[in-house]
Amino acid sequence: MMGFLADNTTQTETASAVLFYMCAAIVVGSAIWVASSRSIVRMALALLFTLVGVGGLYFCLNAEFLAAVQLVVYAGGTLILIVFGVMLTNPSTAKLYSPRRIEVVVATSIGLLLLASLVTAIVRSTLSGNGPETQSGSYAVGKLGEALLGDYLVPFEIISVLLLAVMIGAAYLAKARRKGEGN
Amino acid sequence: MHSLVFTLSQASPTLMEGLVLGDHPSLLGRVIWSVAVIFVGITPFISVFAMLAIWGERKVAGHMQCRFGPNRVGPIGILQSLADGLKLFVKEDLRPGVADGLLFRLAPYMAFVPVFVAYMALPFGPDWTFEPALGAGLFWLLAVLTLEIMGVILAGWGSNNKWAVYGAMREVCQMVSYEIPLGMSIVVAVMTAGTLNLVQLGNIQSGGLHTWLVFRNPFVFLACCVYFVASLASNKRAPFDLPESESELVAGFHTEYSGMRWSFFFFAEYSAMFAVGGIQAALFLGGWNDPFGLIGYLHGKWMASGFSAGLVALNAVGAAIFVAKACVIVFIQMWLRWTLPRPRIDQVLYACVKVLLPITCVLLLGGAVWQLLVRERVGLPWKDYQPWDLASWWTGGFAATMVTQIVLSLVGLTVVSMVLGWIGYAWVTRHSVVQRLSEAAPIEPRQRVGA
Repeated sequence: MMGFLADNTTQTETASAVLFYMCAAIVVGSAIWVASSRSIVRMALALLFTLVGVGGLYFCLNAEFLAAVQLVVYAGGTLILIVFGVMLTNPSTAKLYSPRRIEVVVATSIGLLLLASLVTAIVRSTLSGNGPETQSGSYAVGKLGEALLGDYLVPFEIISVLLLAVMIGAAYLAKARRKGEGN
Repeated sequence: MHSLVFTLSQASPTLMEGLVLGDHPSLLGRVIWSVAVIFVGITPFISVFAMLAIWGERKVAGHMQCRFGPNRVGPIGILQSLADGLKLFVKEDLRPGVADGLLFRLAPYMAFVPVFVAYMALPFGPDWTFEPALGAGLFWLLAVLTLEIMGVILAGWGSNNKWAVYGAMREVCQMVSYEIPLGMSIVVAVMTAGTLNLVQLGNIQSGGLHTWLVFRNPFVFLACCVYFVASLASNKRAPFDLPESESELVAGFHTEYSGMRWSFFFFAEYSAMFAVGGIQAALFLGGWNDPFGLIGYLHGKWMASGFSAGLVALNAVGAAIFVAKACVIVFIQMWLRWTLPRPRIDQVLYACVKVLLPITCVLLLGGAVWQLLVRERVGLPWKDYQPWDLASWWTGGFAATMVTQIVLSLVGLTVVSMVLGWIGYAWVTRHSVVQRLSEAAPIEPRQRVGA
């Protein structure tokens, strides 16, 4: 019985590692593709793979609700809007994006700064591999809902008011632009 | 470390898995089993369903337009899709020289894969779900289905054809706006059920017709209709097929596609039709349950006694019922396609933002207020309460729920029997058609004016 259990534990650890490295490879590889590609729509495609890969990482960590949110909000929402914006503004697929030298310098330095701070934070962190007990299943989703509408009700409501204000502001700006064009 | 794999390896094996691999399967065995289910169960199901649905759509279209539809290949033309598939397989795979090659080649897969992944959580029977432990299963299904847009966008943009780009842009407008009523109408039903797990959703509705979520309260009943309309739009089915409206945009986003790549879009479309129909069946229409609650009753009983042959048979019957329900919804989608004209894009967006969205907001509020005011049965039927023992409902203080569920069930039965009566009337009077197509009169050549 114990031998069987040990065997299963090894298999579990191996499978977890394989899944993690697969997702990580997708994330890192497609992120490099985003940075190196020169066609904006291809960048968007690569970004999709990055976001889906991050969703896969959440999935591996048993946070399936977060994974689904990642897909809906980032892959299904934000990214689609980016592509939509590109389609409305970019005249042709053949046009390639060529960054100016100053842009390359600024972007690289910001990226390196971010990388340095993240690496420092990870190295200095005291978090162990064993996080707090997580519960899978609908119970976790229920807990999340209770937390949002219970303990964290005030921040939740403030954020929703902020989003409403942003939405009204965007609608107002779009309308004002259209009126200006009409005159 | 509580990773996904850990949880999966700890979960007890499902019915079939347990029968094949024993009570304590190793992780490797379970992985092999899952892969086998994908290759032997899910992939053939999607392929065969898509083929039959394409044939069915052409048959439905034919009969609605007083034609026969395909009737040459095989009995009643049932092998037509196979012949077409063979043709598409050997057809030249054209690619426009100015297209973005990578995006153009990737797009069909990007459209098909998300739909395929959605079948992971569809509940075919009480124990026949590929991934039953998915806590947020319904949300996960919707999340995956939204990714299908990306395939259409890439196809439209990668083709470098203005009709294709117009089609893709319409698709984005439509999908992004109709996702809101779609999601909100689902929330109305989820509020009543209290779970996002599709297997639990099926178990909650296992007490017979009146415990199906669509008949639980009037708001869910209306949300079911809203869901159907929004699912048509999100699936780009007529009357919302603007992304490929052939009268304006040649063929919309897949104008430049041919051969197998083109057929991938069709596979994606018909699989997605079944997927959204399956979501509707699982969420609103009782999933795999029969109208009398027999499956739920027997399942609980045989689960306790460990009668596995019976459980397998029960799952097979449940899967047949589930597929039948989803197929009825797919048929209604086809029926509407050949009945309704196509609106303009501004009318489509108007219908979403100014009609469906306010309706769903009212339904959401109404559903929430209903939860507060009316006492409902909680828990699983048969296990926590007796669904058909109406006297206990009355004495237990569930009179309002009981009356609502009975009235709504009767409304639903009336609608279904009216439709069936209509079809029966058409069938009975089919010989009294004045002139049959097969005996068409020869067309007289018209005399030329002034000749």
